[in-house]
Amino acid sequence: MKHWIAFWNILTKDFRTYYLKPPNISWGLIFPLAWTGMFFIRSGRGMESISSILPGVTALSILFGTTSLLAVTVTFEKKNRSFERLLLAPIPLELLMLAKTSGAILFGVVNAFVPVLMAAFLVDLGHVNWLVFIPAVVLISVASTFLGLFIAVAVSEVFEAQTFSNFFRFPMIFLCGLFFPISALPVFLKPLAYALPLTYGADMLHGAIHGGNIMSVPLNLAILAAFCAGLFMVSLRNIRRRWIA
Amino acid sequence: MKTENDIAIKVQGLAKRFGDVQAVTAVDFEVNTGELFGFLGPNGAGKTTTINMLTGLARPDAGTIHIGGIDCTRRPRAAQHLIGVVPDESNLYPELSGFDNLGFCAALYGMGKAERQARAKELLEAFDLTKAAGRRFGGYSKGMKRRLTIAAGIIHRPRILFLDEPTTGIDVASARQLRQLIGDLHKNGTTIFLTTHYIEEAERLCDRIAFIMSGRIVRIDTVANLVQPIREKHVMQITFANGVNDLSDRLAEEFPGLNFTSPEPGLIQVEADAPIRVGPLVRFLEDRGAEVAEARRIRPSLEDVFVRITGVGADVMRKEKEKSGGNQ
Ligand SMILES: Nc1ncnc2c1ncn2[C@@H]1O[C@H](COP(=O)(O)OP(=O)(O)OP(=O)(O)O)[C@@H](O)[C@H]1O
Ligand SMILES: [Mg+2]
Repeated sequence: MKHWIAFWNILTKDFRTYYLKPPNISWGLIFPLAWTGMFFIRSGRGMESISSILPGVTALSILFGTTSLLAVTVTFEKKNRSFERLLLAPIPLELLMLAKTSGAILFGVVNAFVPVLMAAFLVDLGHVNWLVFIPAVVLISVASTFLGLFIAVAVSEVFEAQTFSNFFRFPMIFLCGLFFPISALPVFLKPLAYALPLTYGADMLHGAIHGGNIMSVPLNLAILAAFCAGLFMVSLRNIRRRWIA
Repeated sequence: MKTENDIAIKVQGLAKRFGDVQAVTAVDFEVNTGELFGFLGPNGAGKTTTINMLTGLARPDAGTIHIGGIDCTRRPRAAQHLIGVVPDESNLYPELSGFDNLGFCAALYGMGKAERQARAKELLEAFDLTKAAGRRFGGYSKGMKRRLTIAAGIIHRPRILFLDEPTTGIDVASARQLRQLIGDLHKNGTTIFLTTHYIEEAERLCDRIAFIMSGRIVRIDTVANLVQPIREKHVMQITFANGVNDLSDRLAEEFPGLNFTSPEPGLIQVEADAPIRVGPLVRFLEDRGAEVAEARRIRPSLEDVFVRITGVGADVMRKEKEKSGGNQ
């Protein structure tokens, strides 16, 4: 019970001080809006193509919405030392880091529905398999958040976190089958695609929206979940080794 | 025979290195339950590094740490529920109000909402911050920040409190008020580990003191024991109202048991191993045309002990204080 009071207050404090602030709202929501608008217009293949672009845009909204937040809630707080206050509290490190990341996960899920809502005005989304789409969105959000955490813990300056995230983010746009199928990639890049968590999330989104996923849904879910667990554990280990050093 | 309950902090062979800097070397000490233990040393001596290792913010390279009987050597954060920490620099949230900062800190220790709010109000009152309770912490003055940081450190009524230079960089009145608060906490049974480079502060507050220099403890003892050897020395300063010729030689002749020096013109310092009788001295001087303005007994202080033990002059310590913006 005591731990949950701490958990809840860490989460709500982050919401009040970071997530609900105008810059984050605008970056978090306008960015996906801009992406979506740009892709919908540029595709120039008429309304039918919207559903083929939607998985990629959804995944990007989540990716960009979550990864940058950790630079603030973790790297920035480490830098101004308020993170020490959290490390001094009698809470298991796992729970502490879940509290610091749940906000970003939630934010990512909300971000995912910005392009979905836009698309809903333009095309009929009646055929979408929401039972696959929603778990996919949640797991992509968890995986991107933990990727952000991994980066936030590996650096000591906020700007480094931003630079380092781009190092992951931009290649992922092209390699994860979001807009171009993985089968169209040069042979030597294919293994790289399968080493990135977003590939599995994108595959599920494609499957949910217009069919044609490469791997089965349970396999995708399992691999994505494994990525989440792995990234979280490595991040915790890095905190223990680098921050309680 | 001390039981585990009598020892709040037990440290053996503690060591920590940062690159080429050996910040802490083979540090051993015990802090008894309810004791106010001073950790005294100049800048860079290793005080904060030691606190960080004791509070689970840093991992020692070697040595063992027990806090409240819990072995924290392998698990640095195992005793967090027992301790409160006031760091040397504030680590509260600049964008939250004073009241919200305290409420948040209380929540980290699992306190319920009503209890949090009551406790936050109580502490804001005690630290004279009620008027500023609703203002952003980032806009507080240095002294207000320090006071709120201390309030945050004790919000959960910790059994063991670590204070890292609590009075550095704040004005005389606030420092006095803080020392009063620290004294009160001590009276109420809280074990306190206090680092400082103000010798007077350590002397006034602490039960026992450890001197640390370049990462090594050079001496640990009670304040009484530390001052004792110097107490046995009696010192008096005599100031003259008029200019006098140097009387040192004639004084030494007349009073063979006493040792005379003249640290500055118009001032004679007398030292002896037995109490100094003022009457004969003054009569002797006035008979020779000197007008004695004042004869003052000088109380030996911990500062003298510190200088004797460490070889670091008091003036060096004072300069350190000024550099770090402190004043007493
Ligand atoms: N994170 C760190 N990285 C590198 N060196 C460090 C680090 N922390 C401390 N040091 C070094 O270790 C030594 C001890 O520092 P520490 O902060 O413990 O001193 P201190 O006694 O608290 O001094 P002060 O009175 O200035 O607060 C110093 O030489 C310092 O430069
Ligand atoms: Mg220090």
